[in-house]
Amino acid sequence: MIPAPFDYHRPDTVEAAVKLMADLGDSARVIAGGHSLIPLMKMRMTDIAHLVDLQKIGALKGIAIDGDTVTIGAMTTQQELIGNAALAGAAPIIREAALQIADPQVRYVGTIGGNVANGDPGNDMPGLMQCLDATYHLQGPDGAREIKARDFYEAAYFTARADDEILTAISFQAPAGGQAYVKQKRKTGDYATAAASVIIAKSDGNCSAASIAMTNLSDTPVWCEAAGQALAGSPLGEADVENAVRAMLAVINPQDDNKGPAEFKRHTAAVILRRAIERAASRA
Amino acid sequence: MGKMHIKLTVNGKPVELLAEPRELLIHVLREELSITGPHIGCETTHCGACTVDMDGRSVKSCTVFAAQADGANVTTIEGLGTPDGLHVLQTMFKEHHGLQCGFCTPGMITRAYRFLQENPDPTEEEVRFGMSGNLCRCTGYQNIVKAILAAAAELNAVKEAAQ
Ligand SMILES: Cc1cc2nc3c(=O)[nH]c(=O)nc-3n(C[C@H](O)[C@H](O)[C@H](O)COP(=O)(O)OP(=O)(O)OC[C@H]3O[C@@H](n4cnc5c(N)ncnc54)[C@H](O)[C@@H]3O)c2cc1C
Ligand code: FES
Ligand code: FES
Repeated sequence: MIPAPFDYHRPDTVEAAVKLMADLGDSARVIAGGHSLIPLMKMRMTDIAHLVDLQKIGALKGIAIDGDTVTIGAMTTQQELIGNAALAGAAPIIREAALQIADPQVRYVGTIGGNVANGDPGNDMPGLMQCLDATYHLQGPDGAREIKARDFYEAAYFTARADDEILTAISFQAPAGGQAYVKQKRKTGDYATAAASVIIAKSDGNCSAASIAMTNLSDTPVWCEAAGQALAGSPLGEADVENAVRAMLAVINPQDDNKGPAEFKRHTAAVILRRAIERAASRA
Repeated sequence: MGKMHIKLTVNGKPVELLAEPRELLIHVLREELSITGPHIGCETTHCGACTVDMDGRSVKSCTVFAAQADGANVTTIEGLGTPDGLHVLQTMFKEHHGLQCGFCTPGMITRAYRFLQENPDPTEEEVRFGMSGNLCRCTGYQNIVKAILAAAAELNAVKEAAQ
């Protein structure tokens, strides 16, 4: 399992990395933790002549919380997300989700930037970022731009990021209300059979706003706007939850694969969403 | 795409070598440096037999390019203990039958070493969660968990006695 040959680069600034990507052209790829990319390279499913390693770029690291705005550098590892107390206070759902990704060794090196830029529908962070309405910060040869997580995913492994753009950071407003990330997987280190991110805000005992996103149930993460609307304004009774579940089922599109037939995944998605709503509501 | 000059610190000793960027750390350790403690079980980032400690993190060395490791400080099972001076974890794996064929053991112990640095007084559940990136096909895990809990108790007793 030895990948095809490539040249290796380790720039120490974002500007140098962007310039390398522009100069090297199509056959260049950035590598973050490498824990999605290296397995693909070993199977020779990629055509990469140059790897641009981001590990030395200090500006891509770290978690900053300024008022309600949370900004996470792309090269922040899942382990660092789990260990950050301020982040656990501002958005506990990130820690809850990160603890359910892969295994300890993978979490020490896998980054949030790699997880969301990868475009694999199995990745857990993209759906969560849609639930939080996060913004992705990109830097390319023509400068910086921002794009919403909800507008970023086009199809499996296809995103709105241009080949020569680097994701530098992710930012979002710390959400009000209760949050829950619930994931069904067959074993440790497995991608989700179905997972749900749910945020529920309450006022006077009723749900005032809700955001719901699902993972690995389509070729992109699915933010279920109508499912959130089904809960908003309701007392979160059984019928309200079933309305949200129905709205979610109308927008996912799971396929048969080694995790099970599509019908089983739809069943699992409904169970997982009910649990996530209940958990988020109990924390609101 | 020639070879790269790579510098590492392995088990406390500085080493320099030439390697193609695509060479994986596990291959460099085993084939260039004859450090054969870390094993290749699956080569697909699942089993943890290739686990080494790199800059204070447990990593699967089958999923790190030698080029990425350039400049890193790497510890393998060979750096934790010797046949005459076993690490407490090695002693406890022996005493509690934490191994049968032994194939997973170097990865298990190297991971457990880092886990206990981060969580010196774990519960059984925390041990199981912290060790969930390492697979064993023989023991059924029970004795591995026992060995790690016993090592934690022993290390804590030694620490207390020293104070
Ligand atoms: C055994 C195993 C189990 C796993 N289980 C899960 C799981 O349950 N859930 C889950 O979500 N993930 C899982 N993963 C994937 C893991 O979380 C990856 O680490 C993560 O998806 C990618 O992060 P990375 O830093 O390793 O990125 P890399 O592998 O380095 O990169 C992934 C892709 O993103 C691109 N990229 C990376 N960073 C940037 C950037 N800053 N800007 C632009 N492009 C960039 C790369 O070019 C590449 O195409 C698993 C991996 C393994 C090996
Ligand atoms: S050989 Fe590296 S995880 Fe199995
Ligand atoms: S002792 Fe044989 S695989 Fe663990």
